[in-house]
Amino acid sequence: MRVVAPFAIVAASALLSACGSSSSTPNQYGPNPTLPGPHRGLLPTMKIANPAGWGDQRPIAPAGYTITAIATDLKIPRQTLVLPNGDILVAEGRGGGEPKLTPKDFVASKLKAQGTSPVKGGNRLTLLRDSNGDGVYETRTVFAENLNAPYGLALIGNTLYVADQDALLKFDYRTGQTRASGPPVVLTPLPSAINHHWTKSLAASPDGRFLYVGIGSNSNITERGMNVETDRAMIWQVDAQTGAHRQFATGLRNPTALAIQPVTNQLWAVVNERDEIGPNLVPDYLTSVREGGFYGWPYSYWGQHTDNRVRPQNAAKVASAIVPDYGLGSHVAALGVAFSSPAMGARFADGVFVGEHGSWNRTPPSGYRVIFVPFTNGRPSGPPIDFVTNFLGKDGKTRGRPVGVTVDPKGALIVADDLSNTIWRVTPAAPRPAAAPAPR
Amino acid sequence: MADERNVAVRAGIHPLHAFLLAACVPLFLGALLSDWAYSSTYEIQWANFASWLLVGALVFAGFALLWAVIDLLRADRSWTGRPLIYFLVLLAAWVLGFINALVHAKDAWAKMPEALILSVIVAVLVLIACWLGLSTWRTGEVK
Repeated sequence: MRVVAPFAIVAASALLSACGSSSSTPNQYGPNPTLPGPHRGLLPTMKIANPAGWGDQRPIAPAGYTITAIATDLKIPRQTLVLPNGDILVAEGRGGGEPKLTPKDFVASKLKAQGTSPVKGGNRLTLLRDSNGDGVYETRTVFAENLNAPYGLALIGNTLYVADQDALLKFDYRTGQTRASGPPVVLTPLPSAINHHWTKSLAASPDGRFLYVGIGSNSNITERGMNVETDRAMIWQVDAQTGAHRQFATGLRNPTALAIQPVTNQLWAVVNERDEIGPNLVPDYLTSVREGGFYGWPYSYWGQHTDNRVRPQNAAKVASAIVPDYGLGSHVAALGVAFSSPAMGARFADGVFVGEHGSWNRTPPSGYRVIFVPFTNGRPSGPPIDFVTNFLGKDGKTRGRPVGVTVDPKGALIVADDLSNTIWRVTPAAPRPAAAPAPR
Repeated sequence: MADERNVAVRAGIHPLHAFLLAACVPLFLGALLSDWAYSSTYEIQWANFASWLLVGALVFAGFALLWAVIDLLRADRSWTGRPLIYFLVLLAAWVLGFINALVHAKDAWAKMPEALILSVIVAVLVLIACWLGLSTWRTGEVK
């Protein structure tokens, strides 16, 4: 018996040291990311952002572009919408609040909270206006308040749609309004029990008939049971008139932002994939969303890579899983997507911008930037290009975390930052659009 | 080899020490049964129960372990024989139990089968520790 205890201690330290092992980063961009085997040590890797103020630091935009803060001291800005008159609506809030079910939930929630803003969510929409077009948004009003963690925003004609964490709401909207004329009407409730992934992303179909609502899963990988995943990890298509819905696509773990591609009118999404099977699994992705398609969660990832943490498994579902279009890298936490336009300058005219909130389950950290994925003939073509960086400084301090990205047709990218509670605006410095040569 | 004076002092463990030691038995056993239930039904609530039962067991076992080591330090000569074996078995149970708690923090089926295997080992160890700790070791020592 005497040897048991020392042996156990040696075994424990060996097991503990085996986790958190950092690793080289394989190429996980594009249609065929390198996927290592799943691995997890005794403790999950946790590398939490170390927040700091901006001081004299600023986010860095490419040469030929300038970045300015057009609104500060917001209350957890997430997604933005540019209205037809150029006004910008900002959805502010913090949702979730799932019950802590296991000892792990208590520990992990404390640790993860260190990497986020201590500010209380605003539960409101703020409107920003630049009356004279000089790039200074001098007017700021509260458009609507007493909402419940608003996130997705869309405008169809004279109706503004807002996706709270528990319901899809609509407001009447007249161009030029700085304040909603009345309280919202509930178009349809949205799945909100537990609400582990609480954000409800939103996009409107080009013909204005439908709204697409992205609904995240209720767990990382079914650790709260299968029952609570009913109507989760999917995109709903909601009738804009009646509020009736159907499942448009499923198996998308956390579709955090949706966008309609110009010309083709195709729906695209960025999706956050599962954690705790290694620093390089599973890549978050950008994909066109096929009607009726199943994208793997929870049974498998990146097509037919079965996730053995799921019981009972479902071989038929695994076989039917669609491989996404474009890997963004593991744990980057893509939370924003927007199609660009020629007004953004020739180099960034065709493609999508993606806001990456940044990792917690990875060493070294990944994400913490806005990237540009170039497109050719309507499909992603080539590796991503850094568009806004320095949210995570070389000193290891995190000064901002990008969420929603929105392209202003006048030629600007609007970036919501929910750590420094700022809205950033990136513009081509040269006089816009076409003739200007690509800045190199 | 035993000194009779010393043996007379060590008449058995303190009642509160006995309570702490006994209390962790049903908790470790409950964790084992919950793990078995999860592994045979895939019903996640059993895994949640197992996680909490383990935390409770580690709290009680931790205090019992503390008491055992203090007893060892206070005794003039007990770094041999049954009190030491009792301490080492309880220490092994606690260390493996702690590793088991970390394994239980893995999501869904990722904890299996390690969680069930560790729960069996820890339950056996804690039964042995209890047997050693709760039997009076006066007679055994004097021989």
